[in-house]
Amino acid sequence: MDRDEIKTILDLMRDNDLVEFELEQDGVKLRLRKHTSPQASSAPQPAAPGEPASPRPAESALQASAAAPEAAVSAGGEDVDLAILKSPIVGTFYRSSEPGAKPFAEVGETVKKGQVLCIIEAMKLMNEINAECDGELVKVYVEDGQAVHYGERLFALRPE
Amino acid sequence: MFKKILIANRGEIALRIIHACRELGIKTVAVYSEADEHSLHVRFADEDVCIGPPRSADSYLSVPAIISAAEITGADAIHPGYGFLAESAYLAEVCEACHIRFIGPDPSVIKLLGDKSRAKKAMKKAGVPMLPGSDGPVTGEEQALKVAKDVGYPVIVKAVAGGGGRGMRVVNSPAELPNALRTAQREAEAAFGNGDVYIEKYLKNPRHIEFQVIGDHHGTVVHLGERECSIQRRHQKLVEESPSPAVSDKVRKKMGSVVVDAARAVQYTNAGTFEFLMDHEGKFYFMETNTRLQVEHAVTEMVTGIDIVKEQIRIAAGERLSFKQSEVTFSGHAIECRVNAEDPDSFAPSPGVIHVFCTPGGPGVRVDTFAHSECTVPPYYDSMVAKIITHGRDRQEAIARMRRTLEMTVIEGIRTTVPLHLKILNDADFLAGRLGTSFMDRFAIPPRKADLADTA
Repeated sequence: MDRDEIKTILDLMRDNDLVEFELEQDGVKLRLRKHTSPQASSAPQPAAPGEPASPRPAESALQASAAAPEAAVSAGGEDVDLAILKSPIVGTFYRSSEPGAKPFAEVGETVKKGQVLCIIEAMKLMNEINAECDGELVKVYVEDGQAVHYGERLFALRPE
Repeated sequence: MFKKILIANRGEIALRIIHACRELGIKTVAVYSEADEHSLHVRFADEDVCIGPPRSADSYLSVPAIISAAEITGADAIHPGYGFLAESAYLAEVCEACHIRFIGPDPSVIKLLGDKSRAKKAMKKAGVPMLPGSDGPVTGEEQALKVAKDVGYPVIVKAVAGGGGRGMRVVNSPAELPNALRTAQREAEAAFGNGDVYIEKYLKNPRHIEFQVIGDHHGTVVHLGERECSIQRRHQKLVEESPSPAVSDKVRKKMGSVVVDAARAVQYTNAGTFEFLMDHEGKFYFMETNTRLQVEHAVTEMVTGIDIVKEQIRIAAGERLSFKQSEVTFSGHAIECRVNAEDPDSFAPSPGVIHVFCTPGGPGVRVDTFAHSECTVPPYYDSMVAKIITHGRDRQEAIARMRRTLEMTVIEGIRTTVPLHLKILNDADFLAGRLGTSFMDRFAIPPRKADLADTA
């Protein structure tokens, strides 16, 4: 499956208001699910036991990276359509390049794909974390200087 | 003493280290992968950090993730448990550089003993009995025949770069040697890109006997006796016991002082194990040193009454060993059965959800496990679910306690090796203490009828 095909699927999902799409190619197993109510789709989905957690196919999956982005369908409906950026490593979260400096990005600001949003310090190394899509920064989940775990939510972006 | 220890492991050993830390009044930090979020070690540690996805290479084997977790939680020491990074000199070095104490030997000692040929040289120099052999690669047929004659048949030809049985040939007589040598060289070349082979004495069905040592940073090294681990399948130990039915007090004393001298010679600190093969005449041959806590440490704890994990922590903190060799006494007999999430006949892995988990307890029974009812055995890691250890006044009582414990153990939802252990426990050779590394061959899967017809 190439990028174009994925794009086509995503377009189809958007046009038909689908919130879930599963495909198994050779044995042909298709599963689609339409958007019902925000409540119904907001139930936290624990990873099925014995199955590695994988990013769900969603818009942000186009920019799939180590940080396992996923379309936010959590926080009671208001976050629907947001792309959540999760921490790809364990470390300490910094919003600016040095103490006292201006944050890399403020809430409400529009950011570009690839733009540095924060630094996570791990083993004395400063790891820059980049935006995975163009969009408006709508939420910062972590305080400056706070420790973050692998997979912890860092930012929410409203993709353009 | 440390204030906070990060445990760079999962499963029962992470819990075992939590036990020790709680008893010593030390705070703990659990690290976990996304697959272990609901594990008991996460629940019972004072703090926890998710360090990565289920794949161990990205979580439990990731030195940056673990060091980073130690830094954000302010842990002053790391206990690596066994497996994963337990014998990683690199982790030990990074710890040193980051001013975090690694609970284990110095990185230089881990490196030395982890390198097969350097370790053998060092042990030979320290007076440890070695398997006679060619001491390096054999070049031609003539040299091979001479070495084999000196060593005595049967011998085994092994690839220098080898492992996993490839490039290995057992040779029973001089007539077979030239051919075996050529085949082994060809196989080694094909498998490892290095055709060098060496020759060693071949032991048929030897016993696996290992000695536990522990040393502090003040020059004291003691041994805690031996464990017999002959019952293994594909080099995975299944049943361990202490003392060995084949080791007398006199032999224990003699071999104990050999390993203590060897450990001193390489300036060994913290807990470690010297593994040997023992032949039918009771002769010992060095195999390797494991520079870490071992799965089967519990049987030694049961017969000596010494908490090895607590000693490891105290030693790493710079304290003196709390006992002398003369104060180490051995009482009764202990056996450990490793209960794995495997089919007891085919050994196929059986991960999944355990719906019911119940062990009987009672006198002389210890169960080290992460399992409980409605817990998940993830498919990503080791298949060991529980270690059942029983202690009795003698071997017979330990076996009787193990048998009734296994009979009364209820694990539902996955398949386990409990029925296999019961078969082992009822085997006449096992009961008589006639053990060897080929013991498990008798439980090998019988060839299917169709296969038999083909060969007829």
